[in-house]
Amino acid sequence: MNWELIFGQLQWTSFVFAGAILDPSLSEFIASGAGSIAVLGAVAVVILLTVKRWWVPLWRDWLTSVDHKKVGIMYMVLALVMFARAVIEAALMRAQQLVAYDSAGFLSADHFGQLFSTHGTIMIFFVAMPFITGLMNYVMPLQIGARDVSFPLLNAISLMLTVAGAILIMISLVVGQFSTGGWTAYPPFTGIEFSPGEGVDYWIWAVSLGSIGSTLTGLNFAVTIYKKRCPGMTLFRMPLFCWTTLCTSILMIFAMAPLTAVTVMLALDRYAGFHFFTNGDGGNMMNYANLFWLFGHPEVYILILPAFGVWSEVVATFSAKRIYGYTSLVYATMCIAVLSFAVWLHHFFTMGQSANVNAIFGIATMVIGVPTGVKVYDWLLTMVGGRIRFSTSMLFLINFLLTFILGGLTGVLLANPGVDFQVHNTLFLVAHFHNMIIPGVLFGMFAAVQFWFPKAFGFRLHEGLGRASFWCFAPGFLLAFFPLYWLGMMGATRRTYMWSDPEYLPWLALAMAGAGLILAGFAFMVTQIVVSVRQRDRLACPLGDPWDGRALEWSIPAPAPEWNFAVLPDVTSRDAFYEAKQSGQAYRSPAAYEDIEVPRNTATAPLIGLFACAWAFGLVWHIWWLVAVSFVLMWAVVIVRSFNMNTVEIIPAARVKAQNEAFLAAARAAPGVPREQEMTSDNRGKALPEALTARAGAVPAGRAVEVLS
Amino acid sequence: MKLILGVLGAGIPGIAHARGFLDPAGPIASAQLTHFGVISALMLLVVVPMFIALPIVLLRYRRAGKGTYRPDWEFSWGLETLIWGVPVALIVILGSALWKHTIENDPYRPLGPDPLVVEVVALDWKFLFLYPEQGVATLDLLTLPEGRPVTLKLTSGTVMQSFIVPRLAGQIYAMAGMQTQLNLLADETGEFTGRNTQYNGLGFAQQSFVTRVVSPQDFDSWVASTKAQGQGIDFAGYQALLEPSVIDQPVLYGSVSPGLFDQVIASFAPDMVAGQGHAHMPAPPATAPAALPAAGASPTPHHHTPEAVQ
Repeated sequence: MNWELIFGQLQWTSFVFAGAILDPSLSEFIASGAGSIAVLGAVAVVILLTVKRWWVPLWRDWLTSVDHKKVGIMYMVLALVMFARAVIEAALMRAQQLVAYDSAGFLSADHFGQLFSTHGTIMIFFVAMPFITGLMNYVMPLQIGARDVSFPLLNAISLMLTVAGAILIMISLVVGQFSTGGWTAYPPFTGIEFSPGEGVDYWIWAVSLGSIGSTLTGLNFAVTIYKKRCPGMTLFRMPLFCWTTLCTSILMIFAMAPLTAVTVMLALDRYAGFHFFTNGDGGNMMNYANLFWLFGHPEVYILILPAFGVWSEVVATFSAKRIYGYTSLVYATMCIAVLSFAVWLHHFFTMGQSANVNAIFGIATMVIGVPTGVKVYDWLLTMVGGRIRFSTSMLFLINFLLTFILGGLTGVLLANPGVDFQVHNTLFLVAHFHNMIIPGVLFGMFAAVQFWFPKAFGFRLHEGLGRASFWCFAPGFLLAFFPLYWLGMMGATRRTYMWSDPEYLPWLALAMAGAGLILAGFAFMVTQIVVSVRQRDRLACPLGDPWDGRALEWSIPAPAPEWNFAVLPDVTSRDAFYEAKQSGQAYRSPAAYEDIEVPRNTATAPLIGLFACAWAFGLVWHIWWLVAVSFVLMWAVVIVRSFNMNTVEIIPAARVKAQNEAFLAAARAAPGVPREQEMTSDNRGKALPEALTARAGAVPAGRAVEVLS
Repeated sequence: MKLILGVLGAGIPGIAHARGFLDPAGPIASAQLTHFGVISALMLLVVVPMFIALPIVLLRYRRAGKGTYRPDWEFSWGLETLIWGVPVALIVILGSALWKHTIENDPYRPLGPDPLVVEVVALDWKFLFLYPEQGVATLDLLTLPEGRPVTLKLTSGTVMQSFIVPRLAGQIYAMAGMQTQLNLLADETGEFTGRNTQYNGLGFAQQSFVTRVVSPQDFDSWVASTKAQGQGIDFAGYQALLEPSVIDQPVLYGSVSPGLFDQVIASFAPDMVAGQGHAHMPAPPATAPAALPAAGASPTPHHHTPEAVQ
């Protein structure tokens, strides 16, 4: 019996638990422990779903849903689950570096290599990307006054491909090893000659699935913004979050392609004996570096732009004021999007090109700092003339302004080839990009969760616990990463599992303390969600506008109904809902209701995701029958779906009317909540607009009452 | 700024002995540190205003603050000019500084006449240093004379690596089948750590080597004593080194087969070595004169791109 035909290169020793039996060391036990957590976690989820009888609702209401809101929420859940793994990996690496002064520590070199590779890959492709994609999914259609994205099913397929990639990385915890080539997977190290085995293949297929998902997302969102804006919503009336979503979508369309190409080329090298990036035989890894960063640099702006959009919404809302320099911010965003394609070479100043080339790209990199700097000061000026409320989201914004500008300083330093020659590949570089991504992207997403959670679920998050998490996250970040700048300047290289320089120790200890605080912050965040769910009645804000919001999404109930808008809004200005509240037009009943067509749920997307995951697993382990079968099934699902004519359902106008009129009546009847009671249980989601009540003594006495009635 | 960083370094326990470019031992590293300081100082122009203005704004415009509430204020040409103008002006200054520093400190630019040529082959997890002029070689020991310009020619016998001696100069990649260059100069004697900074597997963390800068006389006597070593290295010896290993003690070779460096490159890119259509030659003839520019020969052309040996 030829077992290889059935199991490919899988053997019993491929399972992580075999490592602990064959080589009982702490490093192997940690690996087995991680594998056990993955397996036990999966088992626990299965048991929970069975006991609670949630299988059917999970499948019927969520997995098969093509509603952009549910897709968005699923993306965010995926991001949080993957974040839990990657942040624990980060803490493990910190601990290893702390104890590995002139000793091997508790992790083997190989295990450490896998940890930094999975940490980076997961954080970028399966935390940051799902976070921003989920948020754009949820918020953007609501802000442009649309009922869904242009291609709802494609949207669900994007999600399921990303989930498939994430599952593949989770499988690598249990079955086989992951790559040790870092998140950039530079060949020739990741070629078959130097990295035989399944590790790099896990990286290739997980990233490929994610990148295809993101390409489809980019296309979908760009088209949605071009075609699905509600009447009157000109581009320059869109909230800034929509602008940043548009720019990110365009970047996704153009930047994901080089990544997909380069992973496929690396796969051809590894599977089919090609020589794109091998040593010798005409291969050249410099092509990989160029292609990868042609994706990789726009990628950082793909991540940061939606966060910039979040900051714009948060700062205007919690300053109760118009955004300063809207047009300026739009142009700055566009400048960043375009310039992001012109700076990729700064990731390898050290590859030996001429000083002129280095200088040009260095200056281009500095130039991209200009629009970014402008945006930072635009947000500061937005607060000028406002009435600032220090909510959790706003605390994250303040922290962002201060730390991000320091990251900008070190970014400009790194843009100098001469400086880069010294600190490239050191912890200075690690500190810099964490300095941009954590306070910028990650905390931006945390702020967004605090901000839009009530819209998605109908109740606010517990404010006290949110603040507690902020006060762990913000100092935790500073402690964890600012010492790394100094370590990098002392010459500490990245991806190093042991040290011989005693001078590093105090700084590594500080960084470890920071990692501990970040873990505590995450614990508070999880606690916050659990506590908020338990206290959801007290925190409920069904009337939909808990923060005195400005854009259209706050004009509808919370949670948002399946059809988003009972009647598509007609917009005449920026900050449409803010203006409506100012002029007393908010919560008015529409003249007439019509039937609403919504896409029917379908099993297409989860099936495609399932078969894509099986296909990729087959490729990783060379199980060729599985590759063939799952590939055929994947396309069979597509073909079957294309014959299905029954893809939409009609929601009768009467049902829409009943639900919407009940909401409007409740909203009109409810007293507006002044901002000082924003965080109390009085806040049911009907805001007493700050701009009406607090306008420096100029508010006519009767006006506020009029709005309330 | 160098002084400030130095004082800062001295003031913090454990920093005085940091072996990074904070403690430069040559003009290139020194210029890099100075440039680091200049850029940082200039950048404070955009950083400091935020740290001053943000607390003031937060204090003044908090709900209980004294600031006037102007919910519809959204633009001012004056401020707009300022927030675009200052960064643009700053970029002009920073960009000029960048251009000047980058061109002047180009790693391909020789730092004077008669540089000592050392050929560096990056291996898994060690560096092979060939001294073509002296006819000696070492493993994980880079001995350099104080005050003499050095031209390092780098290639790799394995995956891509990144070579750095932080106290002397910045890093440059070493790639198989290609050659890169790094020029540096040490103006003080001592032992400096050098290492690979590009992850290349299990021995990566231990892949460091000693750079020993000695007086010119000591350098000559070091060469002489090394030559007295019985052990030499040729292509077969090099191939034995391809087996990944971490070296505990530096190894000295008293003789080197001529053209070894080019043979290493040729083993990956035979078509490109000594060019001119000798595609089927496994390696250039052992005496290939063009491949080994003797010290003092016609100035090495200022080649960029990680080129194959011409």
